[in-house]
Amino acid sequence: MLRLEQRQQPSKLMLYLTPVLAVLTTMAVGGLLFVALGIAPGRAIYLLFIDPFVDSYNLSQLFVKASPLILIAMGLSIGFRAGVWNIGAEGQFIMGALAGGAVGLALWGMTGWWILPLMAVAAALGGALWGLIPALLKIRFNASEILVSLMLVYVAENFLAQMVQGVLRAPDGMGFPESRNLGRNEPTALPDVFPALGINAGGVTMLVLLALAFFLLQKHALGFQIKLTGDSPRAARFAGVKPGVIIALCLGVSGAAAGLAGLFELTGAAGKLTIDFPLGYGFTAIIVAFLGRLNPVGILLAGVVLAGTYIGGENAQFMLKLPAAAVTVFQGMMLFFLLGFEILINYRVKRLRRAV
Amino acid sequence: MDFSSLNAVAMIVLLIGAATPILLAAIGELVAEKSGVLNLGVEGMMIIGAVTGFITATTTGSPMLGFAGGALGGALVSTLFAFLTQYLHSNQVATGLALTMFGLGLAALMGRNYNGIKPPRTDRLEVPGLSDFPVLGELLFSYDPIIYFSVFLVFAVWWFLNRTRGGLVLRACGENHDAAHSLGYNVQLIRFGAIMFGGACAGLGGAYVSLVRVPQWTEGMTAGVGWIALAIVVFASWKPWRVILGAYMFGGITILQLSLQALGISISGAYLSMTPYIVTIVVLVIMSADRKRASINAPACLGRSFHASH
Repeated sequence: MLRLEQRQQPSKLMLYLTPVLAVLTTMAVGGLLFVALGIAPGRAIYLLFIDPFVDSYNLSQLFVKASPLILIAMGLSIGFRAGVWNIGAEGQFIMGALAGGAVGLALWGMTGWWILPLMAVAAALGGALWGLIPALLKIRFNASEILVSLMLVYVAENFLAQMVQGVLRAPDGMGFPESRNLGRNEPTALPDVFPALGINAGGVTMLVLLALAFFLLQKHALGFQIKLTGDSPRAARFAGVKPGVIIALCLGVSGAAAGLAGLFELTGAAGKLTIDFPLGYGFTAIIVAFLGRLNPVGILLAGVVLAGTYIGGENAQFMLKLPAAAVTVFQGMMLFFLLGFEILINYRVKRLRRAV
Repeated sequence: MDFSSLNAVAMIVLLIGAATPILLAAIGELVAEKSGVLNLGVEGMMIIGAVTGFITATTTGSPMLGFAGGALGGALVSTLFAFLTQYLHSNQVATGLALTMFGLGLAALMGRNYNGIKPPRTDRLEVPGLSDFPVLGELLFSYDPIIYFSVFLVFAVWWFLNRTRGGLVLRACGENHDAAHSLGYNVQLIRFGAIMFGGACAGLGGAYVSLVRVPQWTEGMTAGVGWIALAIVVFASWKPWRVILGAYMFGGITILQLSLQALGISISGAYLSMTPYIVTIVVLVIMSADRKRASINAPACLGRSFHASH
């Protein structure tokens, strides 16, 4: 018989080891799943988990995908620490791209270094405002931010569809439901910085913001208040932390981060607004945040791992005719295993001797 | 604009059909929440039910076996959530999200060879003489068996929760799990069962989407219905009868916006498609605004993990 025994103190080793364990178990169990579905497992696992990190073309895509994931996850992690569950980052991502994209399209034909920064500000604002809707409804009316933020994803998707068929549609696009290509227009295109790893101006911004988040959470009083709210809301109230301020801050910041990620995706990898513009980064980022243990450094690593599965998934789709959904299965599984292994942090497994 | 094509009787019949998946998923989630478990994986369990139900129905040729397959699929996938939250004490919100993502992916993978196939027809339950009776006959006797079953299920859940000992024990686990434990009840096992019931209901609702509503298999076809079901439970203040009211109201909104789109009204389709989601938000706000009432109705241990100290 096995028995769980509570540890005196949470295990530091397990805290860092469990995400690695989760990834390895996902590879193993995922392989079994492929066998069950009649897909050769070895090649699929290689394409999903190894190839993205060794092939030079894949490497040049790594941070193109990792940057938005990390940026969104960083924002979400601040909220998750405080027990504020923003699961509508996908919607904030779309609204950010729409707001920033609208500014870029309005200034079409103009040149100047200030255009892209202005679009970024608009995107951050758009995402933050979309995130503040659930915050406001939570603070004022006690409505679940989980459900409201999620519902707003569907609203944002429909709004995007409306915009690309309407005011933001390219005038010379022969009626296709898409905007002009902001990625091929010099003043609005995101400049590359380190193309070998796919780091563009968005990636650099992401790294700077990640450092700021690290500072906020580890060194600043506000970071302490956020963590306190999550660990013990009662203690936080006694310490004078206003819950409403924390809720608004968490949803506003994560919304702004997601909005910014949306703009970088628009002016970088995607180029133009279409109905298929959102790729599910807002949902995958939730896994990134957990896999990274809500810690900025961990999120950086987790973002790279999951970006790899996105790239690997695209290649596997192309080479093995694997459906795109296979990646989603792996991502969900990874989160399952991670949450399951978490018990090893606070408990140890003991073999129970039979009582004499 | 011609509104005469909006036939009231036909609309009610349509709205009940549209509401049934939401109703089934919501009544299952209500039972899980009454036992103290917040399962955010409804959407994932529904889509698994949609695909397993579809596969069963097309391979056996029997829609009834298909519905059973959907319920079984939903119940099976919910055991993942149940095991993790009940025995490994994982966070319920995060685990529910994982279940939704995993379910959406797995369903797409399972159904990849089933696109574009038509499932066997689910016939309506004919009552000789009555089904063809104008107005009343159409309103009461023109549905398929699952619709009658869903209404029966709401009654059964109400009866179980409020009129049986088992229901009392289940509610005790949701209100105060320590007290239920000290009386000798196995809280984790009871919650495990409640989660599986929720999974079976969500799976059945999913199968209804793929076998009757659409009827076809496409990836992500549940399109947020599972999340709306979660909101309906809040709207219903955890009372079974109000779940019917909430679900039918949403069915009505869905049908109304679809009919308006079909009429080619001057509001654009994308704006109309938003309305069910916006109404969900409005309803959530109204029902949660009265903090006192909301906290009286919600199970006190909702979302809290139980671990016996000895």
